[in-house]
Order: sequence, then structure tokens, then C-alpha cells
Amino acid sequence: MVGELDFERPVIELREKIRELKEFTKQSDVDLSSEIEKLEARLQKLENEIYHNLSPWNRVQIARHPNRPTTLDYIERLFDQFVECHGDRFFGDDEAIVGGIAKFHNLPVTIIGHQRGKDTKENLRRNFGMPHPEGYRKALRLMKQADKFKRPIICFIDTKGAYPGKAAEERGQSEAIAKNLFEMAGLRVPVICIVIGEGGSGGALALGVGNHIHMLENSTYSVISPEGAAALLWKDSTLAKKAAETMKITAPDLKELGVIDEIIPEVKGGAHRDIDEQAKYIEKTLIQSLKELMNMSEEELIEHRYQKFKQIGEVSADEEFITT
Amino acid sequence: MIKNIFTKKKKYATIPSEQAKQEIPEGIMTKCPNCKKIMYTKELNKNLCVCMNCGYHHQMGARDRINSLLDENSFVEFDVNLRSQNPLNFPGYLDKLEKDRAKTNMNEAVVTGEGKIEGLPVVIAVMDARFRMGSMGSVVGEKITRAIEKANEKNVPFIIFTASGGARMQEGVLSLMQMAKTSSALKAFSDNGGLIISVMTHPTTGGVSASFASLGDYNFAEPGALIGFAGRRIIEQTIREELPEDFQTAEFLLKHGQLDAVIHRHEMKETLVKILDIHQEGRDIEWLEN
Repeated sequence: MVGELDFERPVIELREKIRELKEFTKQSDVDLSSEIEKLEARLQKLENEIYHNLSPWNRVQIARHPNRPTTLDYIERLFDQFVECHGDRFFGDDEAIVGGIAKFHNLPVTIIGHQRGKDTKENLRRNFGMPHPEGYRKALRLMKQADKFKRPIICFIDTKGAYPGKAAEERGQSEAIAKNLFEMAGLRVPVICIVIGEGGSGGALALGVGNHIHMLENSTYSVISPEGAAALLWKDSTLAKKAAETMKITAPDLKELGVIDEIIPEVKGGAHRDIDEQAKYIEKTLIQSLKELMNMSEEELIEHRYQKFKQIGEVSADEEFITT
Repeated sequence: MIKNIFTKKKKYATIPSEQAKQEIPEGIMTKCPNCKKIMYTKELNKNLCVCMNCGYHHQMGARDRINSLLDENSFVEFDVNLRSQNPLNFPGYLDKLEKDRAKTNMNEAVVTGEGKIEGLPVVIAVMDARFRMGSMGSVVGEKITRAIEKANEKNVPFIIFTASGGARMQEGVLSLMQMAKTSSALKAFSDNGGLIISVMTHPTTGGVSASFASLGDYNFAEPGALIGFAGRRIIEQTIREELPEDFQTAEFLLKHGQLDAVIHRHEMKETLVKILDIHQEGRDIEWLEN
């Protein structure tokens, strides 16, 4: 099977065996139904064991799965009348970010998301979902437009990070990301962010200053990729697995840290197993979020977003230095 | 006798008689400038002036464009009585205007008015390149400004189809100022929450591209349209470099971040309807109630 992950090999092998037995019973008179039943029960148990005890590294692997659904996969399934809007009106059209307007259950919304390619050719065009400044400026342009027309913004986050390149620095990668954080803080409409794959660093956060931040169960959100962290901390990028375990980058970890609001459950084995079903899970959370946020006034939305980020971070005050 | 069969026949050029020439009325056939195919003008018009062979978008008159987009009998035209003056006493200017008026059956290079697209109300302005190359003088600026004001007053979307060589030289600096006038009107409309859709058609250059054409909430263009500020020749002479072939085409602009999309003429109405529908007011209240 294409894209099978090492930790799920026992499941896949067993599933294959069951399939073979079923094939065999079809062709011969031997009745193996009780054996098959037993094996199926075992498969069920094995699947639960494996998929309910995923290690952070396993989740990284699922988040990076080549068939992992992308922003456009979800747009196609969740929204009607999507009109894609290109370009930052300054320099270029960055295909690593897609955006546009559409209707969600008849409600006008603006959608923006990182976009990876499905194959090498598309990945080259979309720069593997790693944006340049023009991508963030396009996103900001569409957010401002949403603000003008008072429609909620939905962001899908799925990037290894902003593209580390010469051209990106020349055109102000930092300024572009910073400006998005700054302007998103002042948006007068509901902003809902959903991490659907990898949430890599500033490149992810530039679409991430939302009233609600949700994560798919097997997505990650981090200040740096596990490989990058390992290289920085221990000067050895092969220790990525260890870094993934220590850095707290999975949805359950981030929920505990108070960074995200909801964990959106995934189809067993990962979102790529059944995209239609996965879209339904996202839809449910999205409706809930919108209902909650659309009852807030413009001022309340800005204040809500402010307080959300204000409370993130852990500090303690040292008694000795307190002067009265 | 028999050997005559094997000798080559002499070729003669045929020159049609004056009478034969007159039998084909002018304009019945059109040659596509892109693929050189000759086709019936009637059929071409039926296809919204898009070449049936290669998809080349021929220029389209303002009234044909309006007919192709708006619901039947819904269009009410504004300001048909406005006439250009000759503020600089430019020799021959008024005669040229008169000629173009007769040729196009329009008072100026833009038609403005209100109407409905699939039942959704809009104010629309459509420029026509056949009238003085669609150039913008006082009347064009005034008509567009008044149309925007009307959209603002009625709180309906404003759609503009541009086709223009730029400012009208014969009206000098007064045409330049129309850029500021129209843009100011758009700013007021936009601040009021107004929806602006700009569709750039071939050609959209100079002062028009540097004012209202580029100020849409959505900026679209037709395939292959020439869009730019300075002319290709001027740029080449200034920088002494040859420019790429696709320079200043709609596709070039899309790649360089200036357009939301390039839209085929056959899909124009559908796209406009989608956007107008998404921008209908009150949808959020409806949504929360359901």
C-alpha cells in the first residue's frame, strides 16, 4: 500500500491476511468464517491499540502523510460557490496559499489556507506549501476584504513553515508575517483557524491569530520542525523523533497548554483514510464555532482575540524583587 | 491534342470585377487577428465575439456587453445627454467626437446605467474602445462618477468593464483629473461598504488602468487583454531592453499578483452572479436563525 507507515504495519499485514482468507473461501468450499471472525476481532483490537496510543512521532508521520487531505480538499467538500482570488496586488501570486470567497451552509465566508501539492509537479508550483511574503500579503488582502464585507474568516493551517529563501528575505518575509499578526488582531469579524496538517512556526501563525484555534487530532503545531529543533538543540537532526516527544507539538499537548480550543477527531488511521468523513468532523466543529462567535459584537471579537493570546505563556514573579 | 493533357496549364490570376466585389457587403465576415480564420460576423457575435476557432476575445461593444450580462429589459441608462466640450480648443476634436457618435450610437466612450443580473440589482458602467479608443475625458469621468454615486445612494454593487487607451489627450489636464475624481468617488463608496467589481478588457492602459480599473474589491480581466500603465514601446525605448512576449497581458498580470482571476467571456456572467450572491446582505442573520 502506498504511504503505509512503519508503526501500522501489523494492522496492514493482518488486514491483508483477512482479505486473502476471504478470497480463498470464495474460491473453495472450505468454511473459514469462524477463523475470519476471530481475525477480525483481533484486527479491531490491534487497531485500537495502535491508533489510540500514537506517539508524538507517529502523529508527525500521519501529519506528513503524502495523501493527507489539503486545504482545497476540504474547501471542495465543505463550501459552495467557491471563487478563488489570486494575487497580493503588489508582486505576485503565491500558490502556496490559496484563498477566496464561498458559502458555508449559505453563509458568506472568506477562506484562506496553505496549499501543498499532490505530486511533484504541483509541489514545485506550490513550493511544497511554504509561502513567500506575497502569499501572506495575499492572505492579508483577503482578510481585509472579509472585514470590509463583514464575513467570517476561516483559515486552514498546513505548512512546514515560511519559505527560507533569498527572495523571501529580500521582499520582507518577517515584515509580511508580522503585519499579518498585527492586522489579524484588529479584525472585526470572527476568525477561526484549523490546523489540518503541520503548523510550522511563524509561517503557520501568520494565518493563526484567530478567536478559535482548532487542531485535527493528528496534526502538529510548533515553533520549529522536530528536525530543526534537534539540529538547534543537539546539533543532530536525526534526533527528530526525540525532539517531537519533548517539544509538545501534538493536539492533546497544545490543548493542555491552553493554546488551542478544540481537538477535531480524525478518522481511524488518519484523515487520509476517508476525506469525506473527515470533512464532516470539521464541519461540525465549524458550525459550533461560528454560532458562538457570530453572536459577539465587533468590539467583543477583538477583545476576545486579545484575551485569548494574552493568557498564553507561563510566568512567575519572584518575591524577592517585589517592592512595595 | 493528347499531349496537351500532360502539359502544365498556365495559371491566371483572377481579378474580381467591381460588380462581384459589391456582392459581399462589408462586415459580413470577420477575420480573427489571432488565428487568421475567417468567419461569419453574425456567428461570431452570437458567440459573444469569442473566436470559435482559437478562443481569441474580440473587442465587444458596450451595448452588446450589457445585453450579454443583464436581464432582459432591466437596463435603464444614465446620462445619455452629456456631451464633451472642447476646453482646449483642440482643432478637429469636436468633429472627431461627432463622427464617433454617429459610428457607435453612443454619446461617449462609456455607457452607464442600472439593471439586474439574475435578479440581483447592480449599477454598471461599460467602456467602448470604438469611441476615441475608449479614452477618458470629462464626460467619461463624469458619467462614471455619477454612476458610482448612484450605486452609493442606492446601496447596490458597482460593476465596471474597462476598455481604454487612457486619458484623452484633447482635453489635457482635465482628463488627468478624472482619475482623481473617479477614484475619490470609489473611496467614498467603498468606505460605505460598497462592492466594486472591475473587469479589464482589451485594452486597459494608462490613466484608466491607474485609477478605477485597478480599484475593485475584485479585479478580473478577460484572457489576452492588454493591461498596463506605460506603453510597451515607451518602456523598451527607456530601458533599452526587449520585453517578454506576454508582457502586460492579463495572464502576465495574474502571475504578478495584480488580478484575482482571468475569466473567459463565456464564464463572466456566472462568476459575477456567484460574487453578487455571496455579497447579498443579511445572510448572517438568516444563518444564525436556522
